[in-house]
This record gives sequence, C-alpha cells and structure tokens, in this order.
Amino acid sequence: MNDMRAVERDVDTNDLKITARGVDVFYGDTHAIKDVDVDIVDNTVTAFIGPSGCGKSTFLRCLNRMNDTIDVARVEGSIMLDGEDIYDPKVDPVQLRAKVGMVFQKPNPFPKSIYDNVAYGPRIHGLAKDKAALDEIVEKSLRRAALWDEAKDRLDQPGTGLSGGQQQRLCIARAVATNPEVLLMDEPCSALDPIATAQIEELIDELRSRYSVVIVTHSMQQAARVSQKTAFFHLGELVEFGETGHIFTNPSDPRTESYITGRIG
Amino acid sequence: MSDATAPSPTAPTSSLLKQDERTRRRNRAETRFRAYGMAAVIVGILALILLLTSILSNGLSSFRQTFITFPVTLAEERLDPQGNRDPAEMARVTTFGYAPLLGQSFVEHVQSIGIETGLGPREMAAMISDEAPGQLRAMVLANPELVGETITLELLAGGRIDGFFKGRVTMASAERDNNVSPEQLLLAEALREQGVMETRFNWNFITAPDASGQRPEAAGLGVAILGSFYMMIVVLVLALPIGVAASIYLEEFAPKNRFTDLIEVNISNLAAVPSIVFGILGLAIFINFAGLPQSAPIVGGLVLTLMTLPTIIIATRASLRAVPPSIRSAALGLGASKMQSVFHHVLPLAAPGILTGTIIGLAQALGETAPLLLIGMVAFVREYPSAPPDGFFDPASALPVQVYNWTQRSDPAFVERASGAIIVLLVFLIFMNAVAILLRRRFERRW
Ligand SMILES: Nc1ncnc2c1ncn2[C@@H]1O[C@H](COP(=O)(O)OP(=O)(O)OP(=O)(O)O)[C@@H](O)[C@H]1O
Ligand SMILES: [Mg+2]
Repeated sequence: MNDMRAVERDVDTNDLKITARGVDVFYGDTHAIKDVDVDIVDNTVTAFIGPSGCGKSTFLRCLNRMNDTIDVARVEGSIMLDGEDIYDPKVDPVQLRAKVGMVFQKPNPFPKSIYDNVAYGPRIHGLAKDKAALDEIVEKSLRRAALWDEAKDRLDQPGTGLSGGQQQRLCIARAVATNPEVLLMDEPCSALDPIATAQIEELIDELRSRYSVVIVTHSMQQAARVSQKTAFFHLGELVEFGETGHIFTNPSDPRTESYITGRIG
Repeated sequence: MSDATAPSPTAPTSSLLKQDERTRRRNRAETRFRAYGMAAVIVGILALILLLTSILSNGLSSFRQTFITFPVTLAEERLDPQGNRDPAEMARVTTFGYAPLLGQSFVEHVQSIGIETGLGPREMAAMISDEAPGQLRAMVLANPELVGETITLELLAGGRIDGFFKGRVTMASAERDNNVSPEQLLLAEALREQGVMETRFNWNFITAPDASGQRPEAAGLGVAILGSFYMMIVVLVLALPIGVAASIYLEEFAPKNRFTDLIEVNISNLAAVPSIVFGILGLAIFINFAGLPQSAPIVGGLVLTLMTLPTIIIATRASLRAVPPSIRSAALGLGASKMQSVFHHVLPLAAPGILTGTIIGLAQALGETAPLLLIGMVAFVREYPSAPPDGFFDPASALPVQVYNWTQRSDPAFVERASGAIIVLLVFLIFMNAVAILLRRRFERRW
C-alpha cells in the first residue's frame, strides 16, 4: 500500500496553479505571515503543516481572499492564480472564490436543509439547468463527501442537526458542489472518525485528478498519505517547502525534523 | 501514610457528607439572591395586577350603555311641512324640530304604560340623550318615507341616567346635581323594570366618533382608532424598510471608521430623545415648512416614524450581529456576493429579532401622546377620515390622545370612557405583542 502511494506521489504535472511571492499578513500590528513564497502545482495535493498558531489558516485564507472579510487583516506581496494577480484591484473576490473553494476549520453548515446546503453554490452560480440536474449535483457531491448513505433519507432536514463529523462532510460536499478549480481545506478531518477520514482522503486523491487541493492538517500521517507537496510553517515563516517524501524522510531544516518527530508543536 | 501491609483507602481530607464553611456561605448567598429576585418579581406582578384591576373596574362599564326603547310618531306637519318628501326641503328642519317630537312621544309612552311620576314633560324629555334628535334627523333624512309613521326606536339615555344604572350617580348625588333630579332616577328605575330602559353592550363606543363634553353617552373611539390605524400604516411602511436598510448597510457594508462611529452614537442618542422634541420637529418641518395639514395621520405617522426608527435600527443591528460570522464566511467562501450572503442567510436568521423590534417600536408609537398633541391631533374631530390614501390627509384623532382628551373633560362620565379607551389601547398592544411572539416562534431556527 505504502509503495503504491509512493508511486502516486510523483507530481503529475508541473503547471503552476498558484504562485505566492513575498506574502506578508498583518492582523493590526501582529505580523502573522512573514515573507512566504509558495508554489501550488496543478493537480497536486499540497499539505500545510506546523504547530498551532503558526499561520496555516491565515495563509490559506489569503489564497481565496477570505482575509478581506477580517477588518484588521492586511495582506502584502503577490499571489498569482493562473498568472493573474488575485489581489489586483480589478479582481472581484466573489469571482475568485467561485474558483477557489474552501472548507473551514470549524464546520459551518447553513441552518437550512441538507439539500439546500449543497445546492446553494450551484444555484447562485447557475450550474444546474433544472431540478433534475441540481438533484444530480447534490447526490454526486454528497457521495463524494461520503455522506450520501447517511443523508439520503433526510435531505430535507436541517444540516445543523447532523453530528459534528457529518457537518464537516456536508461542508466538504457543499464546497465540491460548486466545482472549484482549487479546493482549500482547513483541517477537514479533525472531527472525523478513521473511516470517514479514509473516505475524505480518498476524495482528496480523486479531486486531485481535476483540481489542485491545499489541505491544512495536524496529522503527519495524513500529510504523508495524501499530499505530494508539503509546506512546514513555524511562527509565521515558511520553514521548508518541497516534495512530501523529501520533507518526511530527509528534512533539511532542524525545526522541520523536530516537528515531524514530535519535539516541537 | 499508609501501612506497609494492607492497601487501605487513603484517609479522606474532608467528608463530602458535611458542608464546609465556604460552601455554606455560598449557598446562603445564593438563597438570599433568589429571595431578592422573587421579591422583585412579586412587586412587579402586584403593580401590574393593581393597574389592570383599576383600569378594568373603571373602564369595563364604558362598553355598556343605557338605551330607551319607545315608539316615536314622526309627525308630518313638523318634519315635512310641504308634504312633498323632498330631502332638501326636509333638511331645513333642524334638530330643534326633532327634539320636541321625541320628548312628546316619550311622555306619551310613559303615560300609556301607566307609570306615575311627578315630573313635567320637559324634565322627562331631558332623560333622553341630547344626541338622540340628531341621530333621528339623520335617519329621517336618509329615509324620507318614514315621515308620518310611528316607529319604535332605541335611543341613548342621558349620561346621568346611564351613570345611575352603572352606580356612578346615586340619589344622594342627584340631590346636589343640576343636571339630574332624584325623581328622574326613580322614573328610570321604574322604566327599567318595565323593560323600556336597558343597559347593554354598546358597539358604538368602539365605532362612533367623539361627542361634545355634554354628551359623554355618545362619545366613541371610531375616529381615534382609525387615526391610530392610519398612523401605524404610515410608520410601518416608512420605518421598517428605512430602518432595516439602514441597519443592514451600517452593520454589513459600511466601513468601520470615525464617521460610522459618529452615526452609531447618534442613533443611540436619538432613541433617548424625549418624544415631545420629535413633536416640535414635526410641527416645524412637516406642518410649517412642508405645509402638510394639521391633525392629519400622515403628519402623526411621519413624526412617529422618526421616533420609531432608532428603536428598529438598534433592534435590527443587534439581531444582525447575533448571526454567527461563520454563516457569512460559509456563504462568501462559496462565492456568494456580500449581498447574497446577507439576503440569503443573514437576514432570514435575523428576521425574528427584526420583527420583534419593529413590533415593539410600533407598540411604542401606538401609545405615544406628547408629539401628537403638538401637531394638532388633539383637535375635536367628528368626521371619520376617508379611505386611504386621501384619509391620511384628513383630520383624525389618535387613541392615546383621545384618552388624554377625555380625562380633561369635566363630566365624570368621561373618566369611565377614558379607562375604556385605555382598555382598547391595551388590547391592541397585547394583540401586537402576541403577533410578535407568534412571528418569532414561526421564524426561529436552530443553528
Ligand atoms: N482574526 C484574527 N485577528 C487577529 N489575529 C488573528 C486572527 N486570526 C488569526 N490571528 C493570529 O494569527 C496567527 C496565526 O493564526 P492562524 O489561525 O493562521 O493559525 P493556524 O496555524 O491556523 O493555527 P491552528 O492550527 O491552531 O488552526 C495567530 O497568532 C493568531 O492569533
Ligand atoms: Mg487554523
């Protein structure tokens, strides 16, 4: 199994989807991200790892400009998506976020039915021609998020009535339903049991064939299992970024090594 | 500590079965606090009960009124001297032409049923309300064919006679009263036994317009209720959309800077401005500057809108703020625009709070008196305002102003009517609050 993963881990293409250069993020006076350069390659899974509070979520939010919604947050540097600067004044963040979907660290389903939760994105983006097409998108998305079997009989019940782990999978289904090009996932499996985790990891692997996925995780095993590239953050700095296999077997920075082996974090 | 041999449970440092001093002190403090709370609630409930019983005991009787039923002969030579039933000709006969007719018929009826009384015809006729001739005249002019016939009418009894049956007027008080004599009361008593006089539920209290200070028995709340209703429509139509739009803008879209802080502080201050100040503002701007008519519901509605706006804005902003930010992030993260996130997700969740705030604001506006006095809503209005939209510009009264107005009048019968008007006002307020609770139940959602 491990060997097979190792083979798959080879980066499929080398098209750069996102290039971040010299990114700094400030929350008021707090310097949360310090001069970070990252390249997100198309059709790969990139994992962000690092101790709590090191800025993984912050950097992830830069990639779809969700930091715009935080009043005190200020982003500097350049982030290019397909060669276009996403912080260009001409860019409408709404259009950007349709391309760069996000699953949040805390599950946040809408207080609506399960169906409406998943159907919301396709509806506002006009992805379904009719009710049947929408039904199909909803079913497919729920299946991919490994929630279909549990939810198929209660699609009209509130999404907030699901368990924490089910809610997180609902949020994943909701994000997948809009068909983003890049999917940002902030600790998507932190509330899931091993079976659901395995299903989500399978989904991530499947998504990779069409999108690029960025995942924040506190599980070294998960990073090693699903990602091809890994970025290690520490106190707002990007300490090391490279092939997952390389980072986990042969880290070049001593801080990376101590974190992976459990000495800092 | 423990013996080297047998493992025994370690000696407990303290027993759980015995409360220590700290715990006891805390429990005592809690008991005291509960007692204070209970006392406060009881005082509140007692005050409420006192208020309600006093209003109900004073005011419930205003919904009942004493009527006299007797046959009235509509003599042709008096009402239609030409004999051609031409309403224009007949209109020249004033209420003074009708009053003797009523008096005469009443005296004849009393004699015909065989009641002995020492009263002269004038004194007997004085037992009928001064309002009755006018009502009869209106009826005859509307149906000229009635002239010449004898019809049985149910007419209002005078205010003192009505007060006698409600216990307000007694034989002793009648001795000292110029408007009523003990003999009249005796006759009234006898007429009631004969079934000629009857005290029954009186819709006219709710539907009739106000009457002059000498005719409390005819005064009703019709114009005041209509006026209040029109004003509420104006307030709802203006204050709800303006208030909600302003709140959404301030809460969700406006940048947080000095300027919006200033606006925010001023809105809170506006909510605390005495209502009479809004009345002066309304007088200066809407009537003197914009030239809108006095006593009109539109002006009252505009003034009350100004008063209600801060309440609605504050309530709406509070309920918008109570919607978890994660809901907004979720919508934005899916590529919804800010407006979509607000209108699809935030606003529906805030709706119960907004509705409650609006209805509380409306209820406040419904009970507001002071600003209306300044814009002339206190005028004596007997004409019903016409149907909207013209009716918004017709003179009207308002419920709380009517209460104020009636308490100013000298005839004690108006005390009863003022309390009755308060009951009507309270019923409307309770109804509105019930609607608020229902809406909240209906729209409330879990998250
Ligand atoms: N909205 C905010 N306002 C101010 N400071 C913030 C805000 N969000 C995050 N920070 C600060 O930025 C730093 C990075 O936070 P971030 O949430 O990115 O950490 P993280 O790596 O995702 O941590 P975790 O693994 O615990 O989720 C922290 O010091 C945090 O206190
Ligand atoms: Mg985080």
